[in-house]
Amino acid sequence: MATTTTKPETLFGKKIRRREDPRLLTGTATYLDDIKMPGMHHACVVRSPHAAARIKSLNVKPALARPGVTAVFTGADVKDLGPIPCGASLPGLRTPHHHILAQDRVYLVGHPVAVVVATDRYIAADAVDLIEVDYEVLPAVSDPEKALAPGAPAVHPQWPDNTAFTFHQEGGDITGAFAQADVVVKQRITSQRLIPTSMETRGVVADWHAGDKSLTLWSSTQIPHLLRTLLAGILGMPENHLRVITPEVGGGFGSKLNVYAEEALMAFVSMRIGKPVKWVESRRENFLCTIHGRGHVDYFELAARRDGTMLGLRLKLIQDLGAYHQLLTPAIPTLSVLMMPGLYKFKNISADIVGVFTNCTPTDAYRGAGRPEATHGIERMVDILAAELKMDPAELRRKNFVGKDEFPFQTATGLAYDSGNYVLPLDTALAEIDYPALRREQQQARASGKLMGIGLSTYGEICAIGPSPATPAGGWESATVKIEPSGKITVLTGASPHGQGEETTFAQIVADELGVDIDDVVVIHGDTAIVQYGIGTFGSRGTAIGGTALYYALQELKGKVKKFGAMLLECDDVALAGGKCVDERSGKSVPFAQVAAASYRAMKLPPNTQPGLVATYFWEPPNFTFPFGAHVVITDVDRETGQVSIRRYVAVDDCGKIINPLIVAGQVHGGVAQGLGQALWEQAVYDENGQLLSGELTDYALPRAHMMPWIESSHTETPSPVNPLGVKGVGEAGTIGCSPAVVNSVVDALSHLGVRHIDMPLTPEKVWKLIQGARA
Amino acid sequence: MKRTIALSINGKSHADEVEPRLLLIHYLREMASLTGPHIACETSTCGACTVMLDGKAVKSCTMFAVQADGRKILTIEGLATNGKLDPLQEAFWNEHGLQCGFCTPGMILTAKQLLNDNPNPTDEEIRKSIEGNLCRCTGYQHIVNAVKAAAAKAGA
Repeated sequence: MATTTTKPETLFGKKIRRREDPRLLTGTATYLDDIKMPGMHHACVVRSPHAAARIKSLNVKPALARPGVTAVFTGADVKDLGPIPCGASLPGLRTPHHHILAQDRVYLVGHPVAVVVATDRYIAADAVDLIEVDYEVLPAVSDPEKALAPGAPAVHPQWPDNTAFTFHQEGGDITGAFAQADVVVKQRITSQRLIPTSMETRGVVADWHAGDKSLTLWSSTQIPHLLRTLLAGILGMPENHLRVITPEVGGGFGSKLNVYAEEALMAFVSMRIGKPVKWVESRRENFLCTIHGRGHVDYFELAARRDGTMLGLRLKLIQDLGAYHQLLTPAIPTLSVLMMPGLYKFKNISADIVGVFTNCTPTDAYRGAGRPEATHGIERMVDILAAELKMDPAELRRKNFVGKDEFPFQTATGLAYDSGNYVLPLDTALAEIDYPALRREQQQARASGKLMGIGLSTYGEICAIGPSPATPAGGWESATVKIEPSGKITVLTGASPHGQGEETTFAQIVADELGVDIDDVVVIHGDTAIVQYGIGTFGSRGTAIGGTALYYALQELKGKVKKFGAMLLECDDVALAGGKCVDERSGKSVPFAQVAAASYRAMKLPPNTQPGLVATYFWEPPNFTFPFGAHVVITDVDRETGQVSIRRYVAVDDCGKIINPLIVAGQVHGGVAQGLGQALWEQAVYDENGQLLSGELTDYALPRAHMMPWIESSHTETPSPVNPLGVKGVGEAGTIGCSPAVVNSVVDALSHLGVRHIDMPLTPEKVWKLIQGARA
Repeated sequence: MKRTIALSINGKSHADEVEPRLLLIHYLREMASLTGPHIACETSTCGACTVMLDGKAVKSCTMFAVQADGRKILTIEGLATNGKLDPLQEAFWNEHGLQCGFCTPGMILTAKQLLNDNPNPTDEEIRKSIEGNLCRCTGYQHIVNAVKAAAAKAGA
């Protein structure tokens, strides 16, 4: 990294323990539910127990009679507000009007019908049970393929085919590719619905100030500024009368990259009762009312030559959208299409997406957002092709990888991969496990009746989302950096970290660039009244885009510091080192505190220079970044129970340059845990009436400590040319790389029994049945 | 209807009138004004609300406040002594055993009980002991490292 400081040791690449941790370790951080205000009321939402029903009548009187209940609001009260916005635009997209409370009909279990406001959260919860709603239950549909069948119940009566959109994308010559093929392998592959499950649920506090007609709204969100803009639209309020504050956020994983009914509803309630009001989502509500992820049924066809050269890939993608579009719902499967070719150089693709309404919770961005589904597909298909051609799956991958000299590489889906060396992590991982020895061990294991598998996934991902033309709301990020009059440094970032550790990573960047002590830097985020407009944290963009905006703001600031420094030292140019401006010819120096004080005191100014030391930069990235890697998983499968155990998990990830290895390792581990959750345990299960059966943490198999294998994580570092830091992003890598490696490993363990594919999650029951089927 | 309870929280005496149905977690958060114990499931599956009751880690969402009458409670706020972090807090910090931090207070107190009972646990024992505490961020690996580091420091 270019730097003009002469500070002997830089922090880039160092394991710096996090600066956000002391408040989190001592229980003194302020999460949403920790906010208390004088006169604060509590709200509870009355929700539909049915997936499809007409509201025949609604009686709120018994609830209003309960002492302590201040107000009850229903759909009629809020019918003119809204709708809840969908930011995705696709040709011909059907978007149902998404009211913040149900009007005359409910479309999913958990659909908000009314809100009860009381002086105490126990009273509000009691009063929910006093609201009388008479429903006429209607037929519902929860399976996307069944929803497409003729005669299926219509989720929205105006669209009886349940089709929200169809989308076609093609690149190269797909017909020619299939005509030339010696082999075509086909497989139906599902990526089941998942529930993101951040440990902190959502929550909102709204505080209306009648005097100046302004509203302060605290929300556990990943996008404070976008939320403010969109909420102003929903409420019909001038945006500059609305302040959104993000307190400490207990995880998001994409589920808080949204605008939700309750955010608008609490604003409305506070305006109506003239008091602050708090709503905190219960876990049951979190499972029903916060977005879900995945929900794909994919039909893949891969064409290849006999020698293993892959020629083209066809995909029919059925996306379970749920009952409504949340912020990005319809856009997520289009990301899958972009990522379809994986790391391979074939240039012919064709994809058809059908977006399907079901009477279920909307799907939207959950860690990886469309990319895990695509990677799972291509990496499974490569293994299926390898089995068909009786080729080694590692060899088949090497044969088809984009070569390290072919970057930037134009894909058939219209992307330009920035940089890569795809063989390197694969070979590193295979050497780590001694692949040839393991294959020999596998032969012996099979001879003795044991089931052992070796699974590979060589994944690529799209990070640093993203250039503005590729996003619905702008894909840049902003940073302001200030040297305060006392010489201390404050950073305001438009990113909105919620566990990613950017208060530390960004402080490392500042310390290196200015040559100051990291303890002199404070990073502030998540308050629209303090921080310049920003986009937020999602899509592995925080450091790659927000960090780069900071880098460029620092370059501007350094120029200004040098001007003041040179003025004070009465020389032409100064260097920045150790928190000082240094005249390298005379050796004289002046500390930042003195430079800063002089810049604000402004008794004298350098030519054409404003007082103060502040710089703001909005950075528009010229491209996405494209991290990659190889995950190798060795599994043992119990023949009698179908239980899968992971003997070794080796992850070699390349996320470009690494600023803080401790934080990157944490991101990989957590990502793998969520990928493993999908591969082995987690699934949102609906019954045919649209009831969510896995509707609580008691019924949804989240990975626990004793279920997780030791993750052997290492890295190769291929810098990204897209930004000056060389970073690519790492938030989603573990999740994207994981699931195909696990499934490939288990299929490999069972392949000699004739098993070719297993859909996730690989429950013991499912695996046991396959083993039994092979015996029969 | 209300009952008076008297208890010790982080070494300080508290006496309050509470409804018999008030959960201990709500008492600690709403009446004793603590922010360390968190609510994340209400079904005792996640452990975010874990506190120590007479030296044993308990899930405070599954107890009534009245059941804590006359007893001693330690929450994460009371773990550091004279501003010096407990070795477990220090180890979680050094080993990056937390990301969003929401599960952390409960996780540390559960680990505290483990180290009280078993000062030198194996990886397997650490994983078993914290299986009642969910973390969605870390994949648990750095948490295991942190507990091991704290145990090693105490044994040194």
